[in-house]
Amino acid sequence: MTTLERGAAPQAPAKSLGGLLDRPEWLGPLMIGPAVLFIALVVGIPFLLALYYSVSDISMGDRTMRFVGLKNFIAVAGTSNFQTSIVNTFVFAIVSQILVIVLGTALALALLRDFRGKWFVRFLLLLPWVAPISLGTIGWLWIFDSTYSVLNWTLEALGLITPHGWYMWLGIPYLAMGSVIAVHVWRILPLATVILLAGLSSIPHDIHDAARVDGAGYWRHLFQITVPLVRPIMLVAGLFGLVFAFTDMIVIFVLTRGGPYDTTQVLSTLAFFTGIQGGDLAEGAAIALFLFPMLLAVAIGFLRVARRAEVV
Amino acid sequence: MAAEGGAMKRGARRAGHAGLIGFFVIFSAFPFYWMLITTFKSTPDLLKRGNNPFLLNAPPTLEHLKVLFYDTLFGQWIWNTLLVGVVVVAITLLLAVPAGYALARVMGPAGEKLGIAIFLTYLVPPTLLFIPMSRIIGDLGLQDSLWSLVLVYPSFTIPFSTWLLMGFFKAIPKDLEEAAMIDGLSRFGAFVKVVIPISVAGILTTVIFTLTLVMQEFVYALTFITAARSFTVSVGVPTFLVHGDVYFWGSLMAGCFISSVPVALLYNFFVDRFVVGFTMGAVKG
Repeated sequence: MTTLERGAAPQAPAKSLGGLLDRPEWLGPLMIGPAVLFIALVVGIPFLLALYYSVSDISMGDRTMRFVGLKNFIAVAGTSNFQTSIVNTFVFAIVSQILVIVLGTALALALLRDFRGKWFVRFLLLLPWVAPISLGTIGWLWIFDSTYSVLNWTLEALGLITPHGWYMWLGIPYLAMGSVIAVHVWRILPLATVILLAGLSSIPHDIHDAARVDGAGYWRHLFQITVPLVRPIMLVAGLFGLVFAFTDMIVIFVLTRGGPYDTTQVLSTLAFFTGIQGGDLAEGAAIALFLFPMLLAVAIGFLRVARRAEVV
Repeated sequence: MAAEGGAMKRGARRAGHAGLIGFFVIFSAFPFYWMLITTFKSTPDLLKRGNNPFLLNAPPTLEHLKVLFYDTLFGQWIWNTLLVGVVVVAITLLLAVPAGYALARVMGPAGEKLGIAIFLTYLVPPTLLFIPMSRIIGDLGLQDSLWSLVLVYPSFTIPFSTWLLMGFFKAIPKDLEEAAMIDGLSRFGAFVKVVIPISVAGILTTVIFTLTLVMQEFVYALTFITAARSFTVSVGVPTFLVHGDVYFWGSLMAGCFISSVPVALLYNFFVDRFVVGFTMGAVKG
Protein backbone atom coordinates (compact mmCIF):
# COMPACT_ATOMS: atom_id res chain seq x y z
CA MET A 1 0.00 0.00 0.00
CA THR A 2 3.03 2.25 0.11
CA THR A 3 2.40 3.19 -3.49
CA LEU A 4 -1.02 4.50 -2.66
CA GLU A 5 0.28 6.69 0.12
CA ARG A 6 3.03 8.05 -2.05
CA GLY A 7 0.50 8.87 -4.76
CA ALA A 8 -1.66 10.84 -2.38
CA ALA A 9 1.04 12.52 -0.33
CA PRO A 10 1.52 15.71 -2.41
CA GLN A 11 -2.04 16.97 -1.93
CA ALA A 12 -2.96 15.61 1.43
CA PRO A 13 -1.26 14.87 4.75
CA ALA A 14 -1.50 11.27 5.96
CA LYS A 15 -4.38 12.13 8.29
CA SER A 16 -6.87 12.85 5.53
CA LEU A 17 -5.79 9.94 3.33
CA GLY A 18 -8.59 7.88 4.83
CA GLY A 19 -11.00 10.63 3.82
CA LEU A 20 -9.76 10.53 0.25
CA LEU A 21 -10.09 6.76 0.14
CA ASP A 22 -13.71 7.05 1.17
CA ARG A 23 -14.64 9.07 -1.88
CA PRO A 24 -15.20 6.88 -4.90
CA GLU A 25 -14.07 9.58 -7.34
CA TRP A 26 -10.64 9.42 -5.66
CA LEU A 27 -10.47 5.80 -4.63
CA GLY A 28 -10.66 4.41 -8.18
CA PRO A 29 -7.87 6.54 -9.67
CA LEU A 30 -5.69 6.02 -6.59
CA MET A 31 -6.01 2.26 -6.83
CA ILE A 32 -5.45 2.03 -10.54
CA GLY A 33 -2.99 4.90 -10.93
CA PRO A 34 0.23 3.05 -10.10
CA ALA A 35 -0.51 0.26 -12.58
CA VAL A 36 -1.43 2.69 -15.36
CA LEU A 37 1.66 4.79 -14.65
CA PHE A 38 3.92 1.76 -14.78
CA ILE A 39 2.45 0.56 -18.07
CA ALA A 40 2.75 4.06 -19.54
CA LEU A 41 6.42 4.15 -18.59
CA VAL A 42 7.40 0.65 -19.66
CA VAL A 43 5.17 0.20 -22.71
CA GLY A 44 4.26 3.75 -23.77
CA ILE A 45 7.71 5.33 -23.78
CA PRO A 46 9.48 2.51 -25.66
CA PHE A 47 6.66 2.52 -28.16
CA LEU A 48 7.06 6.24 -28.84
CA LEU A 49 10.82 5.72 -29.01
CA ALA A 50 10.30 2.96 -31.56
CA LEU A 51 8.30 5.41 -33.68
CA TYR A 52 11.09 7.95 -33.36
CA TYR A 53 13.88 5.45 -34.08
CA SER A 54 12.15 4.39 -37.26
CA VAL A 55 12.47 7.90 -38.72
CA SER A 56 16.05 8.42 -37.50
CA ASP A 57 19.46 7.06 -38.40
CA ILE A 58 20.27 5.57 -34.98
CA SER A 59 22.56 2.56 -34.73
CA MET A 60 23.91 0.46 -31.88
CA GLY A 61 27.31 2.10 -31.31
CA ASP A 62 26.29 5.60 -32.32
CA ARG A 63 25.26 8.29 -29.82
CA THR A 64 23.88 10.77 -32.32
CA MET A 65 20.50 10.61 -33.98
CA ARG A 66 19.30 12.58 -36.95
CA PHE A 67 15.83 12.80 -38.43
CA VAL A 68 15.77 11.11 -41.82
CA GLY A 69 12.04 11.01 -42.58
CA LEU A 70 10.70 7.88 -44.19
CA LYS A 71 14.07 6.82 -45.55
CA ASN A 72 14.25 3.65 -43.43
CA PHE A 73 10.78 2.50 -44.43
CA ILE A 74 11.53 3.06 -48.09
CA ALA A 75 14.92 1.36 -47.86
CA VAL A 76 13.46 -1.62 -46.01
CA ALA A 77 10.42 -2.02 -48.25
CA GLY A 78 12.65 -2.29 -51.31
CA THR A 79 14.66 -5.28 -50.10
CA SER A 80 13.68 -8.74 -51.25
CA ASN A 81 14.09 -10.35 -47.82
CA PHE A 82 11.59 -7.86 -46.39
CA GLN A 83 9.09 -8.68 -49.12
CA THR A 84 9.44 -12.43 -48.53
CA SER A 85 9.10 -11.79 -44.79
CA ILE A 86 5.78 -10.01 -45.24
CA VAL A 87 4.38 -12.87 -47.31
CA ASN A 88 5.78 -15.44 -44.87
CA THR A 89 4.30 -13.59 -41.88
CA PHE A 90 0.83 -13.83 -43.40
CA VAL A 91 1.19 -17.44 -44.52
CA PHE A 92 2.55 -18.46 -41.13
CA ALA A 93 -0.07 -16.58 -39.11
CA ILE A 94 -3.15 -17.40 -41.15
CA VAL A 95 -2.45 -21.06 -41.90
CA SER A 96 -1.49 -21.81 -38.31
CA GLN A 97 -4.53 -19.94 -36.98
CA ILE A 98 -6.99 -21.79 -39.22
CA LEU A 99 -5.48 -25.09 -38.11
CA VAL A 100 -5.62 -24.06 -34.46
CA ILE A 101 -9.30 -23.10 -34.60
CA VAL A 102 -10.37 -26.23 -36.47
CA LEU A 103 -8.30 -28.64 -34.37
CA GLY A 104 -9.08 -26.76 -31.16
CA THR A 105 -12.83 -27.01 -31.77
CA ALA A 106 -12.58 -30.74 -32.49
CA LEU A 107 -10.52 -31.32 -29.37
CA ALA A 108 -12.74 -29.14 -27.17
CA LEU A 109 -15.83 -31.05 -28.36
CA ALA A 110 -14.10 -34.33 -27.50
CA LEU A 111 -13.12 -33.06 -24.05
CA LEU A 112 -16.66 -31.92 -23.32
CA ARG A 113 -17.56 -35.52 -22.56
CA ASP A 114 -16.52 -37.16 -19.32
CA PHE A 115 -14.19 -40.13 -19.47
CA ARG A 116 -11.77 -41.95 -17.22
CA GLY A 117 -8.33 -40.38 -16.84
CA LYS A 118 -9.50 -36.98 -18.04
CA TRP A 119 -7.30 -35.12 -15.54
CA PHE A 120 -4.17 -36.80 -16.83
CA VAL A 121 -5.19 -36.37 -20.46
CA ARG A 122 -5.70 -32.69 -19.86
CA PHE A 123 -2.29 -32.43 -18.20
CA LEU A 124 -0.64 -34.01 -21.25
CA LEU A 125 -2.60 -31.77 -23.62
CA LEU A 126 -1.59 -28.63 -21.72
CA LEU A 127 2.13 -29.44 -21.67
CA PRO A 128 3.07 -27.61 -24.88
CA TRP A 129 1.48 -24.40 -23.67
CA VAL A 130 2.96 -24.42 -20.19
CA ALA A 131 6.49 -25.57 -20.96
CA PRO A 132 8.84 -22.70 -21.76
CA ILE A 133 8.37 -22.47 -25.49
CA SER A 134 12.04 -22.13 -26.35
CA LEU A 135 12.67 -25.46 -24.61
CA GLY A 136 9.70 -27.24 -26.15
CA THR A 137 10.93 -26.08 -29.53
CA ILE A 138 14.38 -27.51 -28.80
CA GLY A 139 12.61 -30.84 -28.35
CA TRP A 140 11.23 -30.43 -31.88
CA LEU A 141 14.65 -29.46 -33.20
CA TRP A 142 15.83 -32.90 -32.10
CA ILE A 143 12.73 -34.56 -33.62
CA PHE A 144 13.44 -32.79 -36.94
CA ASP A 145 17.21 -33.46 -36.81
CA SER A 146 18.58 -34.05 -40.29
CA THR A 147 20.54 -37.22 -39.42
CA TYR A 148 18.62 -38.75 -36.54
CA SER A 149 15.03 -37.62 -37.10
CA VAL A 150 12.58 -39.98 -35.45
CA LEU A 151 10.02 -38.93 -38.05
CA ASN A 152 12.24 -40.24 -40.84
CA TRP A 153 12.93 -43.42 -38.90
CA THR A 154 9.22 -44.03 -38.48
CA LEU A 155 8.45 -43.30 -42.13
CA GLU A 156 11.21 -45.72 -43.14
CA ALA A 157 10.00 -48.39 -40.73
CA LEU A 158 6.53 -48.05 -42.27
CA GLY A 159 8.09 -48.51 -45.69
CA LEU A 160 7.07 -45.07 -46.92
CA ILE A 161 10.60 -43.83 -47.65
CA THR A 162 13.93 -45.49 -48.37
CA PRO A 163 17.06 -45.08 -46.20
CA HIS A 164 18.38 -42.62 -48.79
CA GLY A 165 15.16 -40.66 -48.99
CA TRP A 166 15.28 -39.16 -45.49
CA TYR A 167 13.78 -35.68 -45.41
CA MET A 168 15.71 -32.60 -44.33
CA TRP A 169 12.72 -31.25 -42.43
CA LEU A 170 14.22 -27.85 -41.71
CA GLY A 171 16.46 -27.62 -44.76
CA ILE A 172 13.97 -27.60 -47.63
CA PRO A 173 11.83 -24.47 -48.13
CA TYR A 174 8.28 -25.88 -48.09
CA LEU A 175 9.05 -28.54 -45.51
CA ALA A 176 10.67 -25.93 -43.26
CA MET A 177 7.60 -23.68 -43.42
CA GLY A 178 5.37 -26.68 -42.76
CA SER A 179 7.52 -27.65 -39.80
CA VAL A 180 7.50 -24.24 -38.12
CA ILE A 181 3.73 -23.99 -38.65
CA ALA A 182 3.24 -27.44 -37.11
CA VAL A 183 5.28 -26.51 -34.05
CA HIS A 184 3.45 -23.21 -33.68
CA VAL A 185 0.08 -25.01 -33.87
CA TRP A 186 1.39 -27.50 -31.30
CA ARG A 187 2.19 -24.68 -28.94
CA ILE A 188 -1.00 -22.57 -29.31
CA LEU A 189 -3.52 -25.42 -29.53
CA PRO A 190 -3.86 -25.97 -25.74
CA LEU A 191 -4.76 -22.33 -25.07
CA ALA A 192 -7.33 -22.23 -27.87
CA THR A 193 -8.82 -25.53 -26.69
CA VAL A 194 -9.13 -24.36 -23.10
CA ILE A 195 -10.85 -21.13 -24.17
CA LEU A 196 -13.19 -22.92 -26.58
CA LEU A 197 -13.99 -25.52 -23.96
CA ALA A 198 -15.05 -22.75 -21.58
CA GLY A 199 -17.33 -21.41 -24.31
CA LEU A 200 -18.82 -24.82 -25.09
CA SER A 201 -19.49 -25.64 -21.44
CA SER A 202 -21.37 -22.38 -20.97
CA ILE A 203 -24.08 -23.30 -23.49
CA PRO A 204 -27.21 -24.17 -21.51
CA HIS A 205 -28.28 -27.81 -21.69
CA ASP A 206 -31.87 -27.10 -22.73
CA ILE A 207 -30.66 -25.62 -26.02
CA HIS A 208 -29.01 -28.92 -26.92
CA ASP A 209 -32.05 -30.84 -25.69
CA ALA A 210 -34.40 -28.70 -27.77
CA ALA A 211 -32.31 -29.30 -30.87
CA ARG A 212 -32.34 -33.04 -30.23
CA VAL A 213 -36.11 -33.05 -29.80
CA ASP A 214 -36.39 -31.22 -33.12
CA GLY A 215 -34.42 -34.07 -34.69
CA ALA A 216 -31.28 -32.19 -35.75
CA GLY A 217 -28.48 -34.53 -36.83
CA TYR A 218 -24.95 -34.35 -35.47
CA TRP A 219 -23.43 -32.09 -38.15
CA ARG A 220 -26.47 -29.84 -38.42
CA HIS A 221 -26.50 -29.52 -34.67
CA LEU A 222 -22.81 -28.67 -34.70
CA PHE A 223 -22.86 -26.05 -37.43
CA GLN A 224 -26.27 -24.47 -36.85
CA ILE A 225 -26.38 -24.43 -33.07
CA THR A 226 -23.08 -25.08 -31.33
CA VAL A 227 -20.70 -23.13 -33.56
CA PRO A 228 -22.85 -19.97 -33.79
CA LEU A 229 -23.23 -19.93 -30.00
CA VAL A 230 -19.49 -20.12 -29.35
CA ARG A 231 -18.59 -17.76 -32.17
CA PRO A 232 -17.76 -14.77 -29.91
CA ILE A 233 -15.39 -16.84 -27.81
CA MET A 234 -13.98 -18.46 -30.93
CA LEU A 235 -13.17 -14.99 -32.22
CA VAL A 236 -11.43 -14.12 -28.97
CA ALA A 237 -9.32 -17.28 -29.19
CA GLY A 238 -8.61 -16.58 -32.84
CA LEU A 239 -7.57 -12.98 -32.31
CA PHE A 240 -5.33 -13.96 -29.45
CA GLY A 241 -3.69 -16.60 -31.57
CA LEU A 242 -3.27 -14.18 -34.45
CA VAL A 243 -1.39 -11.74 -32.24
CA PHE A 244 0.91 -14.54 -31.10
CA ALA A 245 1.46 -15.74 -34.64
CA PHE A 246 2.20 -12.27 -36.01
CA THR A 247 4.65 -11.34 -33.31
CA ASP A 248 6.17 -14.48 -31.87
CA MET A 249 9.66 -15.26 -33.09
CA ILE A 250 10.75 -18.01 -30.71
CA VAL A 251 9.70 -21.04 -32.77
CA ILE A 252 11.30 -19.73 -35.94
CA PHE A 253 14.36 -18.37 -34.15
CA VAL A 254 15.11 -21.74 -32.55
CA LEU A 255 14.19 -24.02 -35.45
CA THR A 256 15.40 -22.30 -38.62
CA ARG A 257 16.73 -18.77 -37.85
CA GLY A 258 14.60 -17.71 -40.81
CA GLY A 259 16.31 -20.09 -43.22
CA PRO A 260 16.71 -21.86 -45.57
CA TYR A 261 17.21 -18.82 -47.86
CA ASP A 262 14.80 -16.65 -45.83
CA THR A 263 11.89 -18.96 -46.66
CA THR A 264 10.74 -18.93 -43.03
CA GLN A 265 11.86 -15.38 -42.27
CA VAL A 266 9.02 -13.34 -40.74
CA LEU A 267 8.89 -9.69 -39.73
CA SER A 268 9.69 -10.33 -36.07
CA THR A 269 12.80 -12.43 -36.76
CA LEU A 270 13.95 -10.02 -39.47
CA ALA A 271 13.60 -7.11 -37.03
CA PHE A 272 15.66 -9.01 -34.47
CA PHE A 273 18.42 -9.93 -36.89
CA THR A 274 18.57 -6.43 -38.38
CA GLY A 275 18.11 -4.37 -35.23
CA ILE A 276 19.85 -6.34 -32.49
CA GLN A 277 22.33 -8.67 -34.19
CA GLY A 278 23.00 -6.34 -37.11
CA GLY A 279 23.06 -3.27 -34.86
CA ASP A 280 20.91 -1.15 -37.18
CA LEU A 281 18.35 0.00 -34.62
CA ALA A 282 16.62 2.38 -37.04
CA GLU A 283 15.90 -0.18 -39.73
CA GLY A 284 15.02 -2.81 -37.13
CA ALA A 285 12.45 -0.44 -35.60
CA ALA A 286 11.04 0.34 -39.05
CA ILE A 287 10.61 -3.40 -39.78
CA ALA A 288 8.96 -4.03 -36.42
CA LEU A 289 6.56 -1.13 -36.99
CA PHE A 290 5.20 -2.82 -40.09
CA LEU A 291 3.61 -5.19 -37.58
CA PHE A 292 1.68 -2.37 -36.00
CA PRO A 293 -1.15 -2.00 -38.56
CA MET A 294 -1.84 -5.72 -38.31
CA LEU A 295 -1.97 -5.57 -34.53
CA LEU A 296 -4.21 -2.52 -34.69
CA ALA A 297 -6.62 -4.43 -36.92
CA VAL A 298 -6.63 -7.31 -34.43
CA ALA A 299 -7.22 -4.92 -31.54
CA ILE A 300 -10.18 -3.30 -33.30
CA GLY A 301 -11.59 -6.74 -34.01
CA PHE A 302 -11.21 -7.60 -30.35
CA LEU A 303 -13.04 -4.44 -29.27
CA ARG A 304 -15.91 -5.13 -31.63
CA VAL A 305 -16.29 -8.65 -30.27
CA ALA A 306 -16.21 -7.34 -26.72
CA ARG A 307 -18.91 -4.77 -27.52
CA ARG A 308 -21.13 -7.28 -29.28
CA ALA A 309 -20.79 -9.78 -26.43
CA GLU A 310 -22.02 -7.06 -24.09
CA VAL A 311 -25.15 -6.43 -26.11
CA VAL A 312 -26.16 -10.10 -26.17
CA MET B 1 -33.92 -47.95 -34.43
CA ALA B 2 -32.94 -51.52 -33.59
CA ALA B 3 -31.16 -51.94 -30.26
CA GLU B 4 -28.27 -53.75 -31.94
CA GLY B 5 -27.64 -50.93 -34.43
CA GLY B 6 -27.76 -48.41 -31.61
CA ALA B 7 -25.14 -50.31 -29.61
CA MET B 8 -22.90 -50.63 -32.64
CA LYS B 9 -23.25 -46.95 -33.36
CA ARG B 10 -22.43 -46.11 -29.77
CA GLY B 11 -19.40 -48.40 -29.86
CA ALA B 12 -18.14 -46.80 -33.06
CA ARG B 13 -18.62 -43.36 -31.64
CA ARG B 14 -16.74 -44.28 -28.47
CA ALA B 15 -13.85 -45.70 -30.51
CA GLY B 16 -13.80 -42.53 -32.61
CA HIS B 17 -13.75 -40.43 -29.49
CA ALA B 18 -10.85 -42.42 -28.01
CA GLY B 19 -8.98 -42.23 -31.31
CA LEU B 20 -9.38 -38.47 -31.53
CA ILE B 21 -8.20 -37.93 -27.94
CA GLY B 22 -5.34 -40.36 -28.51
CA PHE B 23 -4.18 -38.52 -31.60
CA PHE B 24 -4.09 -35.18 -29.80
CA VAL B 25 -2.38 -36.62 -26.73
CA ILE B 26 0.39 -38.09 -28.88
CA PHE B 27 0.77 -34.84 -30.83
CA SER B 28 1.00 -32.78 -27.62
CA ALA B 29 3.00 -35.03 -25.37
CA PHE B 30 5.34 -36.85 -27.74
CA PRO B 31 8.11 -34.21 -27.61
CA PHE B 32 8.18 -34.56 -23.82
CA TYR B 33 8.38 -38.34 -23.98
CA TRP B 34 11.16 -37.78 -26.46
CA MET B 35 13.01 -35.47 -24.07
CA LEU B 36 12.66 -37.98 -21.26
CA ILE B 37 13.95 -40.99 -23.15
CA THR B 38 16.79 -39.02 -24.74
CA THR B 39 17.90 -37.89 -21.29
CA PHE B 40 18.69 -41.46 -20.25
CA LYS B 41 20.06 -42.81 -23.53
CA SER B 42 23.77 -43.43 -23.83
CA THR B 43 25.44 -41.43 -26.59
CA PRO B 44 26.34 -44.46 -28.83
CA ASP B 45 22.69 -45.57 -28.63
CA LEU B 46 21.52 -42.06 -29.61
CA LEU B 47 23.81 -41.86 -32.61
CA LYS B 48 23.26 -45.29 -34.14
CA ARG B 49 20.79 -44.95 -36.96
CA GLY B 50 19.69 -48.57 -37.02
CA ASN B 51 18.46 -48.62 -33.41
CA ASN B 52 14.78 -48.31 -32.67
CA PRO B 53 14.74 -44.70 -31.39
CA PHE B 54 11.60 -45.20 -29.28
CA LEU B 55 13.31 -47.60 -26.91
CA LEU B 56 16.40 -47.77 -24.75
CA ASN B 57 18.75 -50.05 -26.72
CA ALA B 58 21.49 -49.86 -24.11
CA PRO B 59 21.36 -49.56 -20.30
CA PRO B 60 20.20 -46.10 -19.15
CA THR B 61 22.86 -43.57 -18.24
CA LEU B 62 23.09 -40.54 -15.97
CA GLU B 63 25.95 -39.07 -18.01
CA HIS B 64 23.81 -36.34 -19.64
CA LEU B 65 22.39 -35.19 -16.32
CA LYS B 66 25.91 -34.97 -14.92
CA VAL B 67 27.01 -32.79 -17.84
CA LEU B 68 23.95 -30.59 -17.39
CA PHE B 69 24.45 -29.98 -13.69
CA TYR B 70 28.25 -29.97 -13.44
CA ASP B 71 29.46 -28.63 -16.79
CA THR B 72 26.86 -25.95 -17.39
CA LEU B 73 25.38 -23.26 -15.16
CA PHE B 74 21.96 -24.95 -15.26
CA GLY B 75 21.49 -24.65 -11.48
CA GLN B 76 22.36 -20.96 -11.66
CA TRP B 77 19.88 -20.44 -14.52
CA ILE B 78 17.07 -22.04 -12.55
CA TRP B 79 17.96 -19.86 -9.58
CA ASN B 80 18.01 -16.73 -11.79
CA THR B 81 14.62 -17.62 -13.23
CA LEU B 82 13.09 -18.15 -9.80
CA LEU B 83 14.61 -14.95 -8.48
CA VAL B 84 13.24 -12.86 -11.35
CA GLY B 85 9.94 -14.73 -11.04
CA VAL B 86 9.50 -13.95 -7.34
CA VAL B 87 10.36 -10.26 -7.66
CA VAL B 88 8.14 -9.83 -10.73
CA VAL B 89 5.26 -11.58 -8.96
CA ALA B 90 5.62 -9.23 -5.99
CA ILE B 91 5.61 -6.12 -8.18
CA THR B 92 2.73 -7.45 -10.25
CA LEU B 93 0.52 -8.20 -7.25
CA LEU B 94 1.26 -4.87 -5.60
CA LEU B 95 0.06 -2.99 -8.67
CA ALA B 96 -2.49 -5.34 -10.24
CA VAL B 97 -4.58 -6.35 -7.20
CA PRO B 98 -5.78 -2.78 -6.42
CA ALA B 99 -6.09 -2.03 -10.13
CA GLY B 100 -8.21 -5.13 -10.79
CA TYR B 101 -10.53 -4.29 -7.91
CA ALA B 102 -10.89 -0.67 -8.98
CA LEU B 103 -11.85 -1.80 -12.48
CA ALA B 104 -14.32 -4.39 -11.25
CA ARG B 105 -16.11 -2.42 -8.55
CA VAL B 106 -15.09 1.18 -8.00
CA MET B 107 -14.97 2.83 -11.38
CA GLY B 108 -18.26 1.78 -12.94
CA PRO B 109 -18.66 1.93 -16.73
CA ALA B 110 -15.41 3.88 -17.15
CA GLY B 111 -13.64 0.97 -15.48
CA GLU B 112 -14.87 -1.37 -18.16
CA LYS B 113 -13.36 0.71 -20.97
CA LEU B 114 -10.13 1.21 -19.06
CA GLY B 115 -9.97 -2.54 -18.39
CA ILE B 116 -10.11 -3.29 -22.09
CA ALA B 117 -7.50 -0.60 -22.76
CA ILE B 118 -5.15 -2.13 -20.20
CA PHE B 119 -5.72 -5.59 -21.61
CA LEU B 120 -4.88 -4.34 -25.09
CA THR B 121 -1.45 -3.24 -23.92
CA TYR B 122 -0.80 -6.93 -23.22
CA LEU B 123 -1.14 -7.42 -26.95
CA VAL B 124 1.67 -4.96 -27.71
CA PRO B 125 4.40 -7.50 -28.37
CA PRO B 126 8.04 -7.52 -27.28
CA THR B 127 8.93 -7.56 -30.97
CA LEU B 128 7.75 -3.95 -31.24
CA LEU B 129 9.45 -2.78 -28.07
CA PHE B 130 12.70 -4.68 -27.69
CA ILE B 131 14.76 -2.41 -29.94
CA PRO B 132 14.20 0.83 -27.98
CA MET B 133 14.23 -1.18 -24.76
CA SER B 134 17.68 -2.54 -25.50
CA ARG B 135 18.93 1.03 -25.80
CA ILE B 136 17.20 2.14 -22.59
CA ILE B 137 18.56 -0.85 -20.69
CA GLY B 138 22.03 -0.04 -21.99
CA ASP B 139 21.72 3.59 -20.91
CA LEU B 140 20.59 2.52 -17.46
CA GLY B 141 23.64 0.28 -17.20
CA LEU B 142 21.44 -2.81 -16.73
CA GLN B 143 22.88 -4.83 -19.62
CA ASP B 144 23.53 -8.41 -18.44
CA SER B 145 21.77 -7.69 -15.15
CA LEU B 146 18.70 -9.58 -13.99
CA TRP B 147 17.28 -6.23 -12.92
CA SER B 148 16.67 -5.43 -16.58
CA LEU B 149 14.20 -8.33 -16.67
CA VAL B 150 12.65 -7.31 -13.36
CA LEU B 151 12.03 -3.88 -14.85
CA VAL B 152 10.57 -5.06 -18.14
CA TYR B 153 8.57 -8.21 -17.34
CA PRO B 154 5.82 -6.41 -15.40
CA SER B 155 4.99 -4.64 -18.68
CA PHE B 156 3.17 -7.80 -19.75
CA THR B 157 2.42 -9.45 -16.39
CA ILE B 158 0.54 -6.40 -15.03
CA PRO B 159 -1.97 -6.04 -17.91
CA PHE B 160 -2.63 -9.77 -17.94
CA SER B 161 -2.95 -10.10 -14.16
CA THR B 162 -5.13 -7.00 -13.88
CA TRP B 163 -7.54 -8.54 -16.38
CA LEU B 164 -7.58 -11.89 -14.56
CA LEU B 165 -8.07 -10.30 -11.14
CA MET B 166 -10.82 -8.05 -12.46
CA GLY B 167 -12.62 -11.23 -13.50
CA PHE B 168 -12.18 -12.78 -10.06
CA PHE B 169 -13.34 -9.68 -8.22
CA LYS B 170 -16.42 -9.37 -10.43
CA ALA B 171 -17.41 -12.89 -9.39
CA ILE B 172 -17.54 -12.01 -5.67
CA PRO B 173 -21.09 -11.28 -4.49
CA LYS B 174 -21.55 -7.54 -3.89
CA ASP B 175 -23.51 -8.19 -0.67
CA LEU B 176 -20.35 -9.20 1.16
CA GLU B 177 -18.72 -5.81 0.75
CA GLU B 178 -21.98 -3.98 1.29
CA ALA B 179 -22.50 -5.78 4.58
CA ALA B 180 -18.97 -4.90 5.66
CA MET B 181 -19.54 -1.28 4.71
CA ILE B 182 -22.78 -1.13 6.67
CA ASP B 183 -20.74 -2.44 9.61
CA GLY B 184 -18.66 0.74 9.37
CA LEU B 185 -15.77 -0.17 7.08
CA SER B 186 -14.86 2.17 4.24
CA ARG B 187 -14.83 0.72 0.74
CA PHE B 188 -11.07 0.50 0.87
CA GLY B 189 -11.28 -1.13 4.30
CA ALA B 190 -13.77 -3.65 2.92
CA PHE B 191 -11.38 -4.35 0.04
CA VAL B 192 -8.45 -5.02 2.39
CA LYS B 193 -10.31 -6.87 5.15
CA VAL B 194 -13.06 -8.71 3.27
CA VAL B 195 -12.34 -8.95 -0.45
CA ILE B 196 -8.64 -9.86 -0.36
CA PRO B 197 -9.02 -12.69 2.18
CA ILE B 198 -11.77 -14.41 0.20
CA SER B 199 -9.86 -13.91 -3.07
CA VAL B 200 -6.80 -15.89 -2.01
CA ALA B 201 -7.48 -18.63 -4.54
CA GLY B 202 -7.81 -16.12 -7.36
CA ILE B 203 -4.65 -14.31 -6.30
CA LEU B 204 -2.78 -17.62 -6.12
CA THR B 205 -3.94 -18.40 -9.66
CA THR B 206 -2.58 -15.04 -10.77
CA VAL B 207 0.74 -15.86 -9.09
CA ILE B 208 1.04 -19.16 -10.96
CA PHE B 209 0.26 -17.53 -14.29
CA THR B 210 2.66 -14.66 -13.72
CA LEU B 211 5.36 -17.21 -12.93
CA THR B 212 4.71 -19.17 -16.11
CA LEU B 213 4.75 -15.96 -18.17
CA VAL B 214 8.16 -15.16 -16.67
CA MET B 215 9.49 -18.68 -17.32
CA GLN B 216 8.26 -18.54 -20.92
CA GLU B 217 9.79 -15.19 -21.80
CA PHE B 218 12.58 -15.45 -24.32
CA VAL B 219 12.94 -12.35 -26.50
CA TYR B 220 13.84 -9.78 -23.84
CA ALA B 221 16.16 -12.16 -22.03
CA LEU B 222 17.88 -12.98 -25.31
CA THR B 223 18.28 -9.28 -26.12
CA PHE B 224 19.39 -7.94 -22.74
CA ILE B 225 21.50 -10.77 -21.38
CA THR B 226 24.65 -12.07 -23.02
CA ALA B 227 26.61 -13.28 -19.99
CA ALA B 228 26.09 -16.99 -19.28
CA ARG B 229 25.94 -16.40 -15.52
CA SER B 230 22.85 -14.22 -15.85
CA PHE B 231 20.84 -16.36 -18.28
CA THR B 232 17.37 -17.53 -17.42
CA VAL B 233 16.46 -21.15 -18.15
CA SER B 234 14.56 -20.38 -21.35
CA VAL B 235 17.59 -18.67 -22.90
CA GLY B 236 20.42 -20.54 -21.18
CA VAL B 237 19.56 -24.04 -22.34
CA PRO B 238 19.10 -23.30 -26.07
CA THR B 239 21.96 -20.81 -26.44
CA PHE B 240 24.53 -22.48 -24.23
CA LEU B 241 24.07 -26.10 -25.30
CA VAL B 242 23.50 -25.41 -29.02
CA HIS B 243 26.60 -23.54 -29.97
CA GLY B 244 28.39 -24.28 -33.19
CA ASP B 245 27.65 -27.60 -34.80
CA VAL B 246 27.90 -29.72 -31.68
CA TYR B 247 24.60 -30.49 -30.04
CA PHE B 248 24.60 -32.09 -26.60
CA TRP B 249 21.25 -33.70 -27.25
CA GLY B 250 21.10 -35.74 -24.06
CA SER B 251 21.84 -32.81 -21.78
CA LEU B 252 19.69 -30.46 -23.83
CA MET B 253 16.68 -32.73 -23.55
CA ALA B 254 17.31 -33.24 -19.84
CA GLY B 255 17.36 -29.47 -19.32
CA CYS B 256 14.16 -29.02 -21.30
CA PHE B 257 12.33 -31.79 -19.48
CA ILE B 258 13.36 -30.72 -16.00
CA SER B 259 12.34 -27.10 -16.57
CA SER B 260 9.01 -27.91 -18.25
CA VAL B 261 7.16 -30.66 -16.48
CA PRO B 262 7.03 -29.51 -12.82
CA VAL B 263 5.51 -26.14 -13.81
CA ALA B 264 3.02 -27.91 -16.02
CA LEU B 265 1.87 -30.07 -13.11
CA LEU B 266 1.38 -26.99 -10.93
CA TYR B 267 -0.45 -25.24 -13.74
CA ASN B 268 -2.89 -28.09 -14.23
CA PHE B 269 -4.26 -27.60 -10.73
CA PHE B 270 -5.17 -24.01 -11.47
CA VAL B 271 -6.30 -24.11 -15.06
CA ASP B 272 -10.06 -24.20 -14.38
CA ARG B 273 -9.89 -21.17 -12.16
CA PHE B 274 -7.74 -19.44 -14.76
CA VAL B 275 -10.39 -19.95 -17.42
CA VAL B 276 -13.07 -18.57 -15.10
CA GLY B 277 -11.06 -15.41 -14.44
CA PHE B 278 -10.08 -15.02 -18.05
CA THR B 279 -13.60 -15.23 -19.41
CA MET B 280 -15.29 -13.44 -16.49
CA GLY B 281 -13.25 -10.37 -17.38
CA ALA B 282 -15.20 -10.21 -20.62
CA VAL B 283 -18.61 -10.50 -18.92
CA LYS B 284 -20.52 -7.40 -18.00
CA GLY B 285 -20.53 -7.16 -14.21
